[in-house]
Amino acid sequence: MRRGIAATALVAALAVSATACGGDNGGESGGKSAGGELSGTVTWWDTSTVGSEDKVFKKIAEDFTKLHPEVKVNYVNVPFGEAQNKFKNAAQAGSGAPDVIRSEVAWTPEFADLGYLAPLDGTSALKDEKDFLPQAAASTRYDGKTYAVPQVIDSMGVFYNKKIFKEAGVEVPTTIDELKTVAAAIKDKTGKTGLYLRGDDAYWFLSFLYGEGGDLVDAEKKQVTVDGGAGVKAMKVVKDLVDSKAAITDATNGWDNMQASFKDGKVAMMINGPWAVTDTYAGAEFADRSNLGIAPVPAGSAGQGAPQGGHNLAVYAGSGNLEASYAFTEYMTSAETQAKVAKELSLLPTRNSVYSQPGVASNEIVGFFRPVVDKAVERPWIPETGSLFAPLQTEYTKVLTGQTTPENGAKATAEEYRKLLKDWK
Amino acid sequence: MAVDTSSQTVAKAAGESARGRSRRAGRPAGKLRRSLSTHWYAWAMVAPVTIVIAVIIGYPLLRGVYLSLTDATERNVARTIGVNEIPATYEFVGLDNYAAALSSSQFFDTLGWTVVWTVCCVGVTFVLGLVLANMLNRRIAGRSLYRMMIILPWAVPGFVSVFAWRFLYDERRGLLNQILGGAGIDAVPWLNDPTWAKLAVITVNVWLGVPFMMVALLGGLQSIPGELYEAAEMDGANAWQRFRNITLPGLRSVSTTVVLLSTIWTFNMFPVIFLLTRGGPGEATQILVTQAYRFSFEISPRDFAQSSTWGVLILVLLMLVAAAYRRALRKQGEVW
Repeated sequence: MRRGIAATALVAALAVSATACGGDNGGESGGKSAGGELSGTVTWWDTSTVGSEDKVFKKIAEDFTKLHPEVKVNYVNVPFGEAQNKFKNAAQAGSGAPDVIRSEVAWTPEFADLGYLAPLDGTSALKDEKDFLPQAAASTRYDGKTYAVPQVIDSMGVFYNKKIFKEAGVEVPTTIDELKTVAAAIKDKTGKTGLYLRGDDAYWFLSFLYGEGGDLVDAEKKQVTVDGGAGVKAMKVVKDLVDSKAAITDATNGWDNMQASFKDGKVAMMINGPWAVTDTYAGAEFADRSNLGIAPVPAGSAGQGAPQGGHNLAVYAGSGNLEASYAFTEYMTSAETQAKVAKELSLLPTRNSVYSQPGVASNEIVGFFRPVVDKAVERPWIPETGSLFAPLQTEYTKVLTGQTTPENGAKATAEEYRKLLKDWK
Repeated sequence: MAVDTSSQTVAKAAGESARGRSRRAGRPAGKLRRSLSTHWYAWAMVAPVTIVIAVIIGYPLLRGVYLSLTDATERNVARTIGVNEIPATYEFVGLDNYAAALSSSQFFDTLGWTVVWTVCCVGVTFVLGLVLANMLNRRIAGRSLYRMMIILPWAVPGFVSVFAWRFLYDERRGLLNQILGGAGIDAVPWLNDPTWAKLAVITVNVWLGVPFMMVALLGGLQSIPGELYEAAEMDGANAWQRFRNITLPGLRSVSTTVVLLSTIWTFNMFPVIFLLTRGGPGEATQILVTQAYRFSFEISPRDFAQSSTWGVLILVLLMLVAAAYRRALRKQGEVW
């Protein structure tokens, strides 16, 4: 009998541990207390650059407690490259998802389409909607509802090391042909490489594609356009930059290598956006901030074009604390917070009114990118926009490493797109 | 491994009840009751393991097979987000996914590289492990220190070693290229060139796999009686003849097992590929499991059906390999 008791105890112990696994939810209840005061915890997944931007955002986010003393802000920095998948995993499983996520513009319609985001129309998250730049607000709407609030907007430009340019006695290139001659001159005079081209992220391919007059898809005509003449030409352009040694590239670890090479003065130029500015200033070459120059991306044969990007704040539909999450979203996208972010991190505000504020108006980086953003190419805000990069990336890397030809690369990408976008041409 | 343990236990229990039956033949109705009343305790002890295995292995396996027969993606599976409950809308499509996978060049290209990867890794690991085991089986000064050092890669968590290798391999700032640069050799694009990347991932996997191989073979070597070598020496056999005719046959039972295990592990060696190259550059180092993972977690919308299809195909392939291997061994008179 004693052994029988032991067996029973074992079974009971198993049962207890099995139920314990399932009891993870419901710990975070929050809302409004009797006095109408917000309470509970708001978990925010930020995706800003680690080591530079994240410190500022953490402080600003935690300052929310000053306005609402009973709310605790749980700041979590999730690396940008992992955030989309991590959020999908958590949101679908229904546990472990944050209350508020910093959602890249292309992710937002996708998350909304999957039902992961709470509609924000008529909530306290949206304030002074008219103040938002129209192109920033465009990505937050899906199917007639607003699912996010624009936090920052951005585009891309050429970052260059003024010292190296002076040594080589060259001017900033405005076209891709000039880029090649400038890179050759820099190599000749200083032994350094002209450009770092990111080969492991297809976002960096877009300005070359737009420069040749191409695009990934034409949403109005429901047409896949990446395999058109411009797409093939753009693939040839990037391949030629690498083959002619005007640019170096990597198939892995591109971000870190790009930043390190540029910050240490091993390459003279990189194509990048405002999100890289604070990190770049931390480099040895840019201890004197005026050494960093920024210019529009070099034009291709059809003109000059850079993608419009940015980030929104969205609220998870399954959040246990919607009221506080709305308030937090409003706080993080308010004119006051945006001004602070613009001054400290040189990130571009999404509110018109912020640009005229002192400290923002005088910020050189913001001043440069403002007109660039106005001219930037807007992507179609369909749920599939976030899915277009994975197939392109594979083929882009294959082209750069010589595993496929530009023609076949563009064709293979288009085939994947046509599987993704049913009934498109 | 867990499956083996359970089936052994179950087989044992079944064996016992079979013995019970033979004593009281001809009463099948009472068989179950009798077996239960005699062996209830054994059944009770086996039950938790059986249940846990059914939940941990059986359910996901069946679910995977089921999903592979549907068109389930991220967009049409059931999900509950807060108060919204979105019901599943995916449909049964029969064997369409298998037809698509088996008629695509992607599957066979990936399979081809997976086979090359497995054969290279297992082959090199086995040879290196055998050489090291033989060296360390002799009486040399500091033998236990060498053994310790060679086992070290095994003691370090896999992902830590892989990350360390990734830093070493970095084309611009990695230690390997800095050493080569010091010797005046051009930087090698370890992870940026398809061919180099293939060599790089195989090297890391061999580095990780040698300790296991060596320890297993060392154990096998130590179980070979020393008298055999003495007798052979008396008969005038040289070192190679002794190795060929005593060591290799003596190791056969150990080596067949480790080669099979190693093949299965390498075929499905997810962390090395995923953490080192993510299957890149392009798809150059993508093996079947990492590609299945990619379908399920990296592309969007996530294609659960295709991922499950590849998973089931991997399982079938490995079972075929194991069966063929077993048959080949049995022909040689090995009991396995």
